[in-house]
Amino acid sequence: MEHNPDSSESLATADVDTATSLCLLAGKIMLQSGAETSRVEDTMTRMAASLGIPLSHSYVTPTGIIFQAGSEASSKLIRIAERTTDLQKVTAVNSVSRRLTNGTIQAAEAKQELLGIDRAAHAFPVWVLIAAASIASASFTIMFQGDWRDLIPSFISGGIGYSAVVYFHRLVKVKFFAELFAAFLVGLVSMLLVQSGIGAQLDKIIIGSVMPLVPGLLITNAVRDLMAGHLVSGLSRGAEAFLTAFAIGTGIAVLFIFF
Amino acid sequence: MAAQLVVSFIASAAFTILFNAPKRSLLQCGLTGMLSWFIYLMVQPRSGPVLASLCASAVVGMLSLFFARFYKMPLIIFSVAGIIPLVPGGLAYDSMRQFVENDYTAAVQLAAEAFLISGAIAMGLILSEVLNQVLRRGK
Repeated sequence: MEHNPDSSESLATADVDTATSLCLLAGKIMLQSGAETSRVEDTMTRMAASLGIPLSHSYVTPTGIIFQAGSEASSKLIRIAERTTDLQKVTAVNSVSRRLTNGTIQAAEAKQELLGIDRAAHAFPVWVLIAAASIASASFTIMFQGDWRDLIPSFISGGIGYSAVVYFHRLVKVKFFAELFAAFLVGLVSMLLVQSGIGAQLDKIIIGSVMPLVPGLLITNAVRDLMAGHLVSGLSRGAEAFLTAFAIGTGIAVLFIFF
Repeated sequence: MAAQLVVSFIASAAFTILFNAPKRSLLQCGLTGMLSWFIYLMVQPRSGPVLASLCASAVVGMLSLFFARFYKMPLIIFSVAGIIPLVPGGLAYDSMRQFVENDYTAAVQLAAEAFLISGAIAMGLILSEVLNQVLRRGK
């Protein structure tokens, strides 16, 4: 990016402030919903450009965004504490920024839409998510060469595992422990089902049921961040993914120590 | 084989619900996951899981690039759906279990394989991205 110190001075300070807060809001929603770092930076830069700030700088990590509109303006910082996966919101913000860049909507409308997206609840109710987790678990058991008899047990324990991670995460704010407990519960339920004669292969049932907890999105994001040159983000996301995998492994392992 | 394809479609589509992806992307995500699992199943018996994961994720990367352009949605929606069947969750679990049962030799072996597969998935994704950049520059 070439430097041109005069470019942002054509805008009034108030305009720059509005544009900055708009960009930060978009970036915050995207980052909280699980977008890659490069996408967040790209979206913020594009939005700023369409709002009359051709030179903006952003530094995005999974835990915070630093944004500066032009070289004269002061920089703003937003801290991101909680991250979930909500690709619906990423798509929605993406579409707002696209329309803003096209000129289809103005800054005020964009702000209203973004506030709406920020406030919106998850696109799917929790029971749909649990049902999806159950179906995914059952499917994975079959994909990993499981027996057809293991379909129902993995459906049950996968659903219980996902419900547990949702419930425990509300109870304990530490994600690591929520995942550990959930994995332990998955193992326990699968073991009970196998011992009562409903399931056949314990291993396949556990592997299938644990899949909804596996940090697939985190791993993908970590790699994409690393490759895009966002080394700090890539490494920290990689660490998050590793912690999750470790929690799941430990949860199951503890079960085998006990029984 | 047919059962495997149906099941992988369902699994990938269910996963996109878990990630709260937009409803209109469910079908495409299911297709991406199905294709990735199909390629994996085709290549795996001949050249092993690592190369199979590499091929599958490279194809997933290209397909999700296409879908992202065509439907004007973030690429990540499709690539995640395609990657999910390849993630070596089973191997990671197996190696953890061997660790618990004090069979460290087997555990390290399995862990190394899981690590290699994750690397292969990553390489495949990068490969498709690089290809895309080369094609874009070439124009």
